[in-house]
This record gives sequence, structure tokens and C-alpha cells, in this order.
Amino acid sequence: MAKHHVSATVNNDPVEFLCETDQTLLDCLRDELNLTGAKEGCSSGDCGACSVTINGRLVCSCLVLGVEANGMKIETIEGMAQGDKLHPLQQKFLEHAALQCGICTPGVLIAAKALLAKNPNPTETETRYWLAGNLCRCTGYDKIIRAVMDAASEMRKGA
Amino acid sequence: MQYESPDTLEAAAKLLASATDARILAGGTDLLVQMRAEVLSPSLVIDIKKVTETRTIKEENGGFRIGAAVTGAELKEHPKLRSVWPGLVEAANLIGSTQVQGRCTMGGNLCNGSPAADSVPALIAAGAVATVVGPNGRRDIKVEDVMLAPRKLALTKGEIIASFFLPARGAHASDAYLRFIPRTEMDIAVVGCAVSLALDASGTCTAARMSLGAVAARPLLVADAAKALIGSKIDDAALTKLEAAARAACTPIDDKRGTKEFRIDVAGVLAKRTALIALERARKK
Ligand SMILES: Cc1cc2nc3c(=O)[nH]c(=O)nc-3n(C[C@H](O)[C@H](O)[C@H](O)COP(=O)(O)OP(=O)(O)OC[C@H]3O[C@@H](n4cnc5c(N)ncnc54)[C@H](O)[C@@H]3O)c2cc1C
Ligand code: FES
Ligand code: FES
Repeated sequence: MAKHHVSATVNNDPVEFLCETDQTLLDCLRDELNLTGAKEGCSSGDCGACSVTINGRLVCSCLVLGVEANGMKIETIEGMAQGDKLHPLQQKFLEHAALQCGICTPGVLIAAKALLAKNPNPTETETRYWLAGNLCRCTGYDKIIRAVMDAASEMRKGA
Repeated sequence: MQYESPDTLEAAAKLLASATDARILAGGTDLLVQMRAEVLSPSLVIDIKKVTETRTIKEENGGFRIGAAVTGAELKEHPKLRSVWPGLVEAANLIGSTQVQGRCTMGGNLCNGSPAADSVPALIAAGAVATVVGPNGRRDIKVEDVMLAPRKLALTKGEIIASFFLPARGAHASDAYLRFIPRTEMDIAVVGCAVSLALDASGTCTAARMSLGAVAARPLLVADAAKALIGSKIDDAALTKLEAAARAACTPIDDKRGTKEFRIDVAGVLAKRTALIALERARKK
């Protein structure tokens, strides 16, 4: 069976790649496009380390086939900072020490960004529920939540 | 493994009938997990998300028609659907995390064939009818008749669920869904319960349907629930009857999530609580 030829937009850049049907979008990002920011924690939708957005919608890239990405607009952690300028969420994660080993961090940041795009002023409870699909073995979550709340407030001031 | 993404369900049904181990792909949140675990290795995957009718919510004959591949997140973003069928939308929104919500569908939830699927009792309580497309045309089937046993459906070779029709409803009608899980998020129902009811102007119940999930080999429509509620003001006496009807309908299994006795007990508790939420909502309409 011939490979699929997929054309998509990743972080605003047009990309093309070839993939097998059984390669997930996560496999394609990491192995075909060398975008290794999205991580593979479980490959079963449980951990959120592979989070990306497709046409603005937050998903687990381990539960999407690469061929489904054809024609789609994908955003990954690699598109979050603008050159050397960190996104406010990234800056706040550093300030609040909201990461330790960092494996969960790209997924958490992408998920948090999707939350703030939809709801610039979430409550702590809303933030905790929104991020319930992003598991972290290190931080105990509290610092992650503080960092997201602080970034949200800073982004509201900036807007 | 091959991948096809046809534009019509008629074409998809032909493809599905053409190979014994072909599978429909909607959100993939069950299928890809099962493929990864090598529980399934289809030779052909047929993505139905290019078919417009599976991806749209529209009003029809005073009710709603919801495409089988509409995602949980999209259901939540439909204000009118949420206001008319809050219980159905909350049930579908309990499926997985925000990320899973971005992909999971009610068609997939039903056709995956799990007795604990969260949106299925809510569809059954709502009186939803599934429209099915197969190689020989279209037919309608009540949602409570779709699942027969775990992983076993009443769909014949090549049949695909196109959409769900939710009937029109009058004033003072609403629904609710509750599930019991050992934690607050990201778990599979030990018991799920959906109630849909309607009241007349005096507050007397004129219509009621209750469905239970995870307490039998398939989600159940509890016929005696209607008898318990209809004609009453949903007072304590009616709720006690409802509780008994819920418990009597259960034929659960023992597993790591709960024992038989526990499931039967919880079913009664959830039946009452769910009915009270639906009642409160119906009174406000
Ligand atoms: C992390 C995680 C958490 C989850 N939590 C829950 C939960 O809390 N509650 C719950 O109920 N489920 C849960 N699930 C299971 C799953 O997300 C749901 O069952 C979901 O609704 C499946 O929908 P889908 O569109 O992703 O299905 P898919 O995986 O695309 O399909 C599922 C099955 O149905 C078939 N199918 C799909 N659509 C159709 C159709 N229209 N016609 C005929 N056949 C079809 C497919 O061939 C496949 O066999 C969870 C899954 C994950 C990964
Ligand atoms: S790797 Fe995708 S959810 Fe864990
Ligand atoms: S920082 Fe290590 S998993 Fe979250």
C-alpha cells in the first residue's frame, strides 16, 4: 500500500509529508516533521502530553491518524514562542516553577493556551477541569494552576 | 491498512460492506486505542467526517437532528441544544478530557458497544431515534434497540449510524444525567442514569423515560420508571417507586469498579437524584 501524501499547515507554515495509515499525527509530527515538542506519554488518550490543536480544537495527537491531518491547520508547542519572545504562559511557567522534568509541559501549555483563547477569565475550578486530561507526575499541579491563572490575568491586562 | 474518507454515507456503507474487517472512524478515541492495543487490526478504516450530514446539528420538525460524528465539544457549543436537552449534552460532555471532547462522538460512543457509555442512557431517555445508512438504503432504529450486548450491535453488515433525531418537546420538559465514578473526572461510570420528563401546567408528570448504564449487558430503558412518575407530582411516594424500579431493572456484574450489590444500590440513589434535577429544570421552563 502506497504511503499517503499529506499537506497541512503546521504553526502557520505549509508542510507536506508521507505517512503510513497506521501512523498517528503524533508519530508524523515527531518522526516525519521533526517536531518533537509534543510527547508520547501513553498513546491512549490518558495523559495529554501529545496535545496539539487542529483547526483550533484541542486534541490528543496520539488519537488522530496522520492522514486525517490533510488540509488541516495544526498548532504545536513549537509555534508558541515568537522567536525569542516567550508566550506569557511560558514566561509564567518559568516564574512559578510550574515544571520539573518538563515532559508534560508542552501539552499543558497547548491546553492552557486553548483554554484562554476560549475563556480569557477562567475560574480556578474551570482551569482544573479543563486541564484534567493533562497528567503531571512531578509538580502536584498547584504551581501549574497558579501559573495559568497568573498568565490569564496578565494577558487580560495586555489585551 | 487502507484509509478512505468518502463524501457520502452511501459510498461509506458500500466500502464497509466490502471488507469483513473494515471499521468506521469517527473521533477515533476508542478505535485508535483498540488498534494500538492490537484488540483490532482493521484492513480498512473509513473516516465518515467528510460526510456533512454526520457533522451537523439542525432543527427538524420541532426537534433536533444531530450528526453521528458531531463532537462533544460541538454539542456544548450549541446554546439551543443545551437549553432544550441539558442532560444529553452533560452526558456527552462527561466523556473523557477536554482533548477527548474535541474528537469523541455519540455515534462512536454507541457503536463502541460499551454498557457504560455515558451518552447512550441520555439518548435513550430522550427517546432518540438513530437513522442508519446501509448498502440497502436507510432505516430508523430506536437507540435502545441498537446495542444488544457488550460489543454487539443490531446493525447489519455495512450499516452506519448517520444521525440521531431528538423529538420535539413542549413547555415544562427537561432531562438530566448523573453517573457515579470513584473520582471527579476521567473515569468510567460504575452506574449511569438519565431521566427525561415533562410536566403539565399544574406540575403533574405527563411523560417520563429513564435509562440506566453499566448495570446490565447493555444500557437499559427502565419501563417501570414511566409508571412510577407519570400522573404524579414527582413527590416522595413517586420517587420511592422510581428507586425500586431502578433497582429491579439491574442485572449487573461484579468487577473492580463495583460489586453487584453496590451497583444496584447506587442505581436507586442516582435514579432519585437524576429525576429531581430533571424536575427542577422542567419547572423552570
Ligand atoms: C482518555 C479517555 C477517556 C474516556 N472517557 C470516557 C467516558 O468517561 N465515558 C465514555 O462513555 N467513554 C469514554 N471514553 C471512550 C470514548 O471516548 C467514547 O466512547 C467516544 O464517544 C467514542 O467516540 P469516537 O467518535 O471517538 O469513536 P471511534 O473510536 O471513532 O469509534 C468507536 C467505534 O464505533 C464505530 N463507529 C463510530 N462511529 C460510527 C457510526 N456513525 N456508525 C457505525 N459505527 C461507528 C467505530 O468503527 C468503532 O468501532 C474515553 C476514551 C478515552 C481515550
Ligand atoms: S500520549 Fe497522547 S494522551 Fe498520552
Ligand atoms: S513536570 Fe514532570 S510530568 Fe509534569
